[in-house]
Amino acid sequence: MNIKRYIPAQSLQQAYELNQKPGSRVLGGALWLRLSGAPISTAIDLSALGLNAIEETEEQFSIGAMSTLRQLETHPGLNAYTQGAAAKALSPIVGVQFRNLATTGGSVFGRFGFSDTLTLFLALDTQVELYHAGMVPLERFVQMKPDRDILSRLIVQKRPGAFVCLSTRNSRTDFPALTCALSRIDNEYRAVYGARPARAMVLRDTEGILKEGVTPDSARAFAQYAAEHVPTGSNTRSSAAYRAHLIKVLTQRGLLELGGNRHGD
Amino acid sequence: MEIKLTLNGRPVTGSVPPGLPLLDFLREKGCLSVKQGCETSNCGLCTVLLDGVPVLSCSLLAARADGHSVTTLEGLREEARQFVSFLADQGADQCGFCNPGMVMNTIALLRENPDPSDDDIRAWLAGNLCRCSGYESQLRGIRAYLDSRKR
Repeated sequence: MNIKRYIPAQSLQQAYELNQKPGSRVLGGALWLRLSGAPISTAIDLSALGLNAIEETEEQFSIGAMSTLRQLETHPGLNAYTQGAAAKALSPIVGVQFRNLATTGGSVFGRFGFSDTLTLFLALDTQVELYHAGMVPLERFVQMKPDRDILSRLIVQKRPGAFVCLSTRNSRTDFPALTCALSRIDNEYRAVYGARPARAMVLRDTEGILKEGVTPDSARAFAQYAAEHVPTGSNTRSSAAYRAHLIKVLTQRGLLELGGNRHGD
Repeated sequence: MEIKLTLNGRPVTGSVPPGLPLLDFLREKGCLSVKQGCETSNCGLCTVLLDGVPVLSCSLLAARADGHSVTTLEGLREEARQFVSFLADQGADQCGFCNPGMVMNTIALLRENPDPSDDDIRAWLAGNLCRCSGYESQLRGIRAYLDSRKR
């Protein structure tokens, strides 16, 4: 890895100042660093800043940027709140050793199109805490252009809800061909699609298709609506047409699961 | 930069360039069980325990291991010896290249979950790629070892 200088930051302010210089990079899990091959003048490590914990209160989860995907996957409180959706979303990512290094902050800040993590958190009531810009709803953060701010935490409000995460992969542990998360929070339905292959996006039921609740007919109708309104593209893992088909299948399947026997609210 | 860590129970120090992967540092220290495979954080061949947790040493900067405890297969021979013969009995080490990573990750699994189901084993070892045996033989070997402990 082509790194000229490695600095364990002593404060977020120091990390932010170092990160303003061209060629600086904040290290997450650094798992894609080798693949990028780009030279890094200063690698900034946030490991010593106490951002590696998931704190739970009655109202929210505060998830430090350096907490690992494995911590999310195995956190009892987060999985109780999401009815297991967190573990289901994250456990297909490569392997345990990978998820013990990959960080929440790195996964979210990167806004990778293939991100299972981003898809999961967009289905929850999530805000990101940025050192400079402050609290920003994740849905807005996803659409922001990359900048040199530093993501320190995710805040997830524990609003009553039900959650389902699904994905399709060509083979186990591969990047997904499509990720899909569905939620019902305070009776608002939210459908999230990632690996389209563009960044994950949220689709809401603006047409009121699900206003009477999830039935086989309304699930089928919303799935059709989603397939027609979520843009998809082609890459080595899937064609745009297949992704549109997957959107229909996973949405219908997920909605029926969401509206079935599980009552998070 | 200078780093100091505990390697297989012994303190070691070293001067490392900032971009050096832990894998290279460990091999320089004589831990040749730690091998480089895919270089894309995918194959699990380079698995070591960092503070007891399995990680990919090809993707972890040596600098980040400063102050931590690192364990390689060289430090776990006794623990590994308990079950590697069961892997061999099932033909699970045909070329043997994936073995160190597979054994390290199995040790981590059994420490966390001493009585895993077959699905637990499959899920835990999903990050260890084997190019010859098709995984079923590893599963049979671990299952045979676990069954032997119950007798």
